[in-house]
Amino acid sequence: MKLFASGSQTVGPYLHIGLTWLNTDRIARPGVKGERVTLQGRLLDGDGVGVGDGLVEIWQANAAGKYAHPEDRQKKPVQKGFRGFGRMPTDAKGHFRFSTIKPGPVPGPAGKLQAPHLSVTVFMRGLLKHLSTRIYFPGDAANAHDPVLKRVPAARRATLIAKRKARGVLEWNIVLQGKDETVFFGV
Amino acid sequence: MSPLHGYRKYRPRTQPAYDYPPYASTAKRHPTQPLVIVPQTLSEITGPVFGHADVKPTDNDLTRQHKGEPIGERIIVSGRVLDENGRPVPHTLVEVWQANAAGRYLHKTDQHDAPLDPNFSGAGRTLTDARGRYRFVTVRPGEYPWRNHYNAWRPAHIHFSLFGRAFLTRLVTQMYFPGDPLLPLDPMYMSIADEKARRRLVSQFDLENTVPEHALAYRFDIVLRGRAATPMEHS
Repeated sequence: MKLFASGSQTVGPYLHIGLTWLNTDRIARPGVKGERVTLQGRLLDGDGVGVGDGLVEIWQANAAGKYAHPEDRQKKPVQKGFRGFGRMPTDAKGHFRFSTIKPGPVPGPAGKLQAPHLSVTVFMRGLLKHLSTRIYFPGDAANAHDPVLKRVPAARRATLIAKRKARGVLEWNIVLQGKDETVFFGV
Repeated sequence: MSPLHGYRKYRPRTQPAYDYPPYASTAKRHPTQPLVIVPQTLSEITGPVFGHADVKPTDNDLTRQHKGEPIGERIIVSGRVLDENGRPVPHTLVEVWQANAAGRYLHKTDQHDAPLDPNFSGAGRTLTDARGRYRFVTVRPGEYPWRNHYNAWRPAHIHFSLFGRAFLTRLVTQMYFPGDPLLPLDPMYMSIADEKARRRLVSQFDLENTVPEHALAYRFDIVLRGRAATPMEHS
């Protein structure tokens, strides 16, 4: 039997009613192994105005580069109490913020390691289907060989790499339109 | 290690365009550059796993969250979550939210001049069972006006959010009701070009699950992306 996936519809302006029960800004609780990172940013519309009714979700591996998922069959340790999932609505000015750890590298095509990254899904009123993208870590030598970054035109790669604002604090904005438009993926 | 299986691409015209002028708010909120096509890796074919620690058994009954019963027509909404190969998606999280029977959301930005219901919050969640089935008890949501265009009214709908097995099977959609005259006028519903795909978002009256002397039932099956027939490239 061949079906096709149901069509997407916007989360609309009242997404908070159904989705904020699972708000998770602390992806990694204290005690979870890894380099601690605060990730902060804004979701910005085509006028550069913060989107106040958006939602950002994050999916990531643990510090060893292992996903808490049955299809990750790597012989690497699972971190107890670490799901690797984050969800936060944007505030009135489009800000979001997560506290987590830098994930380890996970395998990509042909078994070659990918650079450490967070997978990101974006929802908002005015967006009929969610957007998918990734956040990479600044100054990581593995970025130069990452199989996904390589598919991105060189001039736009910087939109996927967070900027270091302070020790342990990274900034990454989601820019929907314009000169610094974030790269979004078809996966 | 056995090869990893990726997921099929979306069928053309079954998903809405990002830039869809009839829905005015898409204008400043759609990407203007084409999506960059990237390979599916372990990062995309895994995703968060939720379980019974996350959801209470009563979270699927929106009519029992307060002291009294909500105003409106009590309904049962149930169905199956399947993948594109027709296989059930078991133990996956389903989240719903909706307006009350008067067409008003319990939300600070909803200023529609219709009453709130102290006995209705409009949010629920559940996990599908081993056969991919889910069930909610709620009240039929009201239609409500919005400012997209002159005399714009949203058809009655319930918002659905699903995860499936992978981060790439994520789906947020809306369930509509059969015979709603507002559907062909609704830019969100009409944003899906393929008529058959649009109709998939309309629930069906379900006599089999209708409870005598208690509540009408509607059936709403949801299809998430399914595995491709061949293993992922170079996995």
